[in-house]
Amino acid sequence: MHDKLVQQRLAALFAAGALLLNFPLLALWDRDATVFGLPLFPLALFVLWALLIGLAAWILESSEP
Amino acid sequence: MNQRILIADDEPNILISLEYLMKREGYEVSLARDGDEALAALAEHRPALVLLDVMMPKKSGLEVCQALRADEALKDTLVLMLTAKGRETDIAKGLGSGADAYMTKPFSTKELVRKVREMLEARA
Amino acid sequence: MLSVPLVVGASFAYLALLVAVAAFGDARARQRRSVIGNAGVYALSMAVYCTAWTYYGSVGRAAGSGVWFLPIYLGPTLAMLLAWSVLRKMIRIAKAYRITSIADFIASRYGKSPLLAGTVTLITVVGIVPYIALQLKAVASGYALMTTPLGTPLAAPQAWWHDSTFYFALALAGFTVLFGARHLDHSEKHEGMVAAMAFESIVKLVAFIAVGAYVCWGLFDGPTDLFARARAVPELNALLHLTQRAGQKFAYEQWFALGLLAMLSVIFLPRQFQMMVVENVEERHLRRAAWLFPLYLLLINLFVLPIALGGLLHFGRGGMDTDSFVLSLPLSQGQGALALLVFIGGLSAATGMVIVEATAVSTMVCNDLVMPMLLRTRRFGSRAGGDLSRLLLGIRASAILAILLLGYAYFAIAGEAYALVSIGLISFAAVAQFAPAMLAGLYWKGGTRNAAFTGLLLGFALWAYTLMLPSVAKSGWLPADYLNNGPWGIALLKPEQLLGLTGLDNLTHALFWSLLANVGAFVAVSLWRPPSAREASQALLFVDVFQNPAAGPVFWRGRAQVRELLPLAGRLLGAARAQQLFGDYARQRGVAGIAQIPPDAQLVHFVETQLAGAIGSASARVMVAAAVEEEALGLDDVMRILDEASQVRAANEKLQSLDRLKDDFMSSVTHELRTPLTSIRALSELMEDDPDMPPAQRTQFLHIITGETERLGRLVNQVLDLAKIEAGHAQWSISDVNLRALLEHALQTTAEMFRERGAVAVLDAPAAVPSLALDADRMTQVLLNLLSNAAKFLPAEGGRVDLRLCGRPTGLRIEIEDNGSGIAADQQALIFERFRQGGDSSNRPQGTGLGLPISRQIVEHFGGTLSVRSAPGQGACFTVDLPWQAPTTTTGEPR
Repeated sequence: MHDKLVQQRLAALFAAGALLLNFPLLALWDRDATVFGLPLFPLALFVLWALLIGLAAWILESSEP
Repeated sequence: MNQRILIADDEPNILISLEYLMKREGYEVSLARDGDEALAALAEHRPALVLLDVMMPKKSGLEVCQALRADEALKDTLVLMLTAKGRETDIAKGLGSGADAYMTKPFSTKELVRKVREMLEARA
Repeated sequence: MLSVPLVVGASFAYLALLVAVAAFGDARARQRRSVIGNAGVYALSMAVYCTAWTYYGSVGRAAGSGVWFLPIYLGPTLAMLLAWSVLRKMIRIAKAYRITSIADFIASRYGKSPLLAGTVTLITVVGIVPYIALQLKAVASGYALMTTPLGTPLAAPQAWWHDSTFYFALALAGFTVLFGARHLDHSEKHEGMVAAMAFESIVKLVAFIAVGAYVCWGLFDGPTDLFARARAVPELNALLHLTQRAGQKFAYEQWFALGLLAMLSVIFLPRQFQMMVVENVEERHLRRAAWLFPLYLLLINLFVLPIALGGLLHFGRGGMDTDSFVLSLPLSQGQGALALLVFIGGLSAATGMVIVEATAVSTMVCNDLVMPMLLRTRRFGSRAGGDLSRLLLGIRASAILAILLLGYAYFAIAGEAYALVSIGLISFAAVAQFAPAMLAGLYWKGGTRNAAFTGLLLGFALWAYTLMLPSVAKSGWLPADYLNNGPWGIALLKPEQLLGLTGLDNLTHALFWSLLANVGAFVAVSLWRPPSAREASQALLFVDVFQNPAAGPVFWRGRAQVRELLPLAGRLLGAARAQQLFGDYARQRGVAGIAQIPPDAQLVHFVETQLAGAIGSASARVMVAAAVEEEALGLDDVMRILDEASQVRAANEKLQSLDRLKDDFMSSVTHELRTPLTSIRALSELMEDDPDMPPAQRTQFLHIITGETERLGRLVNQVLDLAKIEAGHAQWSISDVNLRALLEHALQTTAEMFRERGAVAVLDAPAAVPSLALDADRMTQVLLNLLSNAAKFLPAEGGRVDLRLCGRPTGLRIEIEDNGSGIAADQQALIFERFRQGGDSSNRPQGTGLGLPISRQIVEHFGGTLSVRSAPGQGACFTVDLPWQAPTTTTGEPR
């Protein structure tokens, strides 16, 4: 039962990731700007990526029986 | 007065031995080899007691006994059932159909004689 | 540049270190103190996904098109989110059914089909050889870069026996054999290999980060400085955005396709399947690895863009081969040590890939391609002597060598840079064809073997047509004409614009068509015909694996013998190991020893599973089937077997009724025995009581007693006889019997009996009679019984018995007809029953009531029939029919 919840959350995260990292949401970040001196678009990609990993880690680790 | 005993059994050798035995004891003896003959002999000779074998052709001893008990003229006849079957259910069936006593084969001749005398004296 | 001995020496030293790590891992595994039993190592071993392509190709791609190197790593991240569900199911299945490769998985799922196994293996080999060539190429050019002065053109490719890459390929083959083909039975896994891969993942990550850090802070003043400088250059700035050229639409579908492709490849590449599924030690490790592995991917990709931009800034565009920035940048600054470290990192990545991939593919080639073919040549059935394990290992080592040689050949022949760069993705698209069959197989019970086969074939064909062949054509090996105008000028069949679909890059286009055909065919063929019994059974085992703890076999029928299966297992796994396995199994079944193991379907499944770990499930099934003489199973059989389960209840009831019948028989027997006893006892007592009994009377009584005793004896004998015949314990001595002679003999025996009764017995038989296979004594018993029965019922005068023998189409017929009193219709069936006697009481002392039942049993034992035809007052005719051909069951069977 607990495991089902984990799987559902991961599935939701998967869907979110797939949406965020593809058209059109991805194009939102494509601006000629910098954050802390780093170009926005590549930075955004990596940050989103790290966020996905972090959330996955949280879901998976907290489900440890 | 000599009392009459009917012996009904389909085994001829048993008939021979029982006939000899009863005659030796001083009884009058009638013989029957199957259920129908038994009923006929009962009606004709009116014995005081019948030695009735259960396993007989035409009519079994149980049927003869039931018919006997149902007959006004015969219902007081003493019935001693003889059979090779000795299971509880058979004994119960025999007594249930109206027999007064039940003996399993092979029986002791002394036992049989004693029983017969006992039954007849009780009646008298 | 660095000296050749230094580079070569360092390379060998590193590879030796890898071997040492592997040996260490294996040694600890043998001591049961596994070093790989934790999630971190598991996650690191998955990172074999990052090959030399990551080192060289990613940077090159970034330098060419910016962020377009990323989907290859974003896809796997997303895939790992679903790993906890999907991958865990695969691991559970693989463990339960001893599946050791993708080919094994697909073949096993769709009915343990050797055809599918072979097909998947071939597709894998075709798809993977180019990828291996890519690794060789990467290491070769890296080595060339390290050993030639910077800026000078690299040496032209030489003849292969001068080509150091060739020897490198050979060396790699040797190392791979060391890692992956030393022992069988994958349940022991390749712990050493996993340990070594985890180690090399660390090495390549460290090396890459080192060069990345060097570029950022060594060549520039940190990332901000680097990016600021890059953004100042318009072309470089473009690399930081989705659209490289102004006005160009972002190819979203290509981005998506790349991501999807990578998502599938991270599981279905042979090396990935090997590491993630086969080598998995504990399922729960997946929980942590599912996010640790994406984290690794993120870390190793952090510096790709900086390195690419840094290289472009440093060398200017077109100055240096962009693929090799990771080496050329440190080399240009004289950082030889760092360059060597990076080279080792790249080498590590390449060798990791080759070792695992070649091991996995060689396993498939051995188990699913070579072994089934060998088995079919009948030489290697279970009758073959000798230890098969060494043969299997030999086949695997040869396969590894062959794969590497093929990789080198591809590298040498298709030297065009263009073909190789995109090869990685082409290989991805090839293994993606496995996805529909495998994923559907996990969740849908309706898939069939033919559907999987058709889907694979169509997908592979379209992949080859739209992707593989064009790439070969583009590197000059095929006329480009067919590419531009379609084969035979048919525009609709243009490989990169099939059916007029334009606007897609070639990869997306190929992926679209191949997957469409694959999935479409799979679904269509699956729905066309329902799964067979075996497919349905396997579907249950796979799809419901989480509900199926014991994972026992369902549908099999055959005769298993431990004494055949144990040596078979011994031949493949080694005698000691087989002994140990069977001993454990016996304990598990709760029996005293191996010899007491019940030879049932569960045993067969157990042996199949164990062997599958060594030779693949398809081959294991064939070998066990050969040993067990399995019968093919149809859907009806399956239904019947299912019915049998419900019939157990019915059988139980039948047993109880039989029990009751036995009681009746017992009571009949006791009744029959007591009857003569009664006379014997009564008469004996009468004689005892009366010593003065007249002698004549005494004589009569004694005569009766004697007769009754004899009767008793006869009865006992016949009861025993009947019981023996019915239980099948009777002894039958079959010989060729002349029935005419037998009848004459029987008449002779009974002649006296007939004369006593004033009757005649007449024989009517042809002079020559074919003999039958019978038991002479028993047949005589029957004849005597029938004759004496006839005699009993003859009239007092003029009695006649006719004995007739005649041949008929179906067999011989004996008729014994008397002119006696006949048998009433209702009695005719009764007389064959036990203890029933016909006629009146004058016959009782002779008969036992068992003669006819016994006679009938005897006659029926020979396949014949005993029947009677009679009417009261018109005599009786007993007929014995005996067939020409005796029934196939020779010993008596219980009725």
